[in-house]
Amino acid sequence: MAGVEVTAESRPATPLWWLLFSAGGVMSAFFMPVTVFLTSIAVAADWLDEEELLDAVRHPLGRAYLFLLVSLSLFHGAHRFRYALVDLGFPWLGRRAWLFYGLATIGTGVCGWFVLRL
Amino acid sequence: MAPTDSDLSGRPVVMDVFRFLPDEETEPRFQRYEIPYRDDDVVLDALNHIKAEVDATLSFRWACRMGVCGSCGMMVNGEPRLTCETFVNEFHPEPIRIEPLAHFPVARDLVINMENFMDTLPTVKPWLMPADPKPIEEGEFLQSPGELATYKRFSMCINCMLCYSACPVYGLDETFIGPAALALAQRYNLDSRDGGKAERANVVTSHEGIWECTYVGDCTRVCPKEVDPAGAIQMAKLSYATDWVKSMLLPGG
Amino acid sequence: MDRHYVRKLPATWWLRKRTYLVFMLRELTSVFVVAYALFLMVVIWRADDPGSFSGLFDALDSPVGLVLHAIVLAALLFHSITWINLTPKVLVLWRDDEQVDPRLIAGANYLGWVVASAVLAWLVLK
Repeated sequence: MAGVEVTAESRPATPLWWLLFSAGGVMSAFFMPVTVFLTSIAVAADWLDEEELLDAVRHPLGRAYLFLLVSLSLFHGAHRFRYALVDLGFPWLGRRAWLFYGLATIGTGVCGWFVLRL
Repeated sequence: MAPTDSDLSGRPVVMDVFRFLPDEETEPRFQRYEIPYRDDDVVLDALNHIKAEVDATLSFRWACRMGVCGSCGMMVNGEPRLTCETFVNEFHPEPIRIEPLAHFPVARDLVINMENFMDTLPTVKPWLMPADPKPIEEGEFLQSPGELATYKRFSMCINCMLCYSACPVYGLDETFIGPAALALAQRYNLDSRDGGKAERANVVTSHEGIWECTYVGDCTRVCPKEVDPAGAIQMAKLSYATDWVKSMLLPGG
Repeated sequence: MDRHYVRKLPATWWLRKRTYLVFMLRELTSVFVVAYALFLMVVIWRADDPGSFSGLFDALDSPVGLVLHAIVLAALLFHSITWINLTPKVLVLWRDDEQVDPRLIAGANYLGWVVASAVLAWLVLK
């Protein structure tokens, strides 16, 4: 029923996911294309060799950057894809918010573990 | 390249019009009408010609015939348009397909039932709730041209429902509050005299509110008054998200 | 709603209009964003040990690797451009009673994108 009054306590936490989606959108929009360039064209053109790429990934700044990019991108994708599922005719799947944000959280955790392990 | 008058005037305008007569039929059908072409006719003129001269049983809504009342919205070749502002020569000599506004139940022929919107609109409290209420005797609220400019665009809505017909989110889920209602909520939230933003939050930020919008943007594209409801909703998302962050960070919510 | 005729929206609604199709493609770039993010996780994982990193690096240098990256890059560029173009609608700024030109906001973001990319590329390639 449209316009059902919702109390402050039961108001959805959607702003959190939307903010993460927005941050992830900015991060992926600004930084992913050049990162793709680095892991493909730069490699193929020999502007970047194996040792240099490995050093960049293992560098503290590199680790922090990659963790930030990966985790925010996962939350961006989780939010956007779940709404896309609703629009594509799968609301029963897309409305299960916990599934998508849960997976993004797990991905973030795993990435964090990989980064700390280096 | 527009055809010349001599090409068009000799040929009849072909209109394929959606018909639904619940007293007689359970299924709708299309009825083809061929009427004389007049150079400056709009689709509404053509429909009125059909009703007056050809088939008096055809039902449709209209009033001002000049694009300010919002009554004559229909699907013209699959796009929601105000038929009083849509010229026949935009399509002629190709056939013109007329259907009732999408995403609304059809009562009869081209007449839709918009009670869902009429019930939803008041829930966003689209009226001024003054931040500093004062009695009439104390005079007017003052507002600068700049303050007016921040919300003026969103106040131009004529409730024509074209945006709801364009919005696939509403098409898939009629509990979605929708572009016009959310744009009106934002119009009041931005009004410098208003203090009702928190009170509107319960409905505007509910599951059926701004968060259901996926920014398709078609509502803005079809709006005949350039209200830009999509823009209003995105502004509202940022605005309420910012409020949420503040309420989380500051003690006492 | 008795005797009303209700028209249901088909699941293929987004294939019927160009604006809808562009919208859906824009949203589906999120699949590529997630895919590349997962790939980066593999990169970090493999960077733990130079031996395992070699195998990954060789895959990057292969024709298949390049083609996959090209597809992802195309999708990501579409994401970046549509994202930056929509930013002025979310970030509406007012200065001295006038709205800041939306093109300025988009332009500033494009500049930011170029600068961010240049800085990152320079840091890694030098």
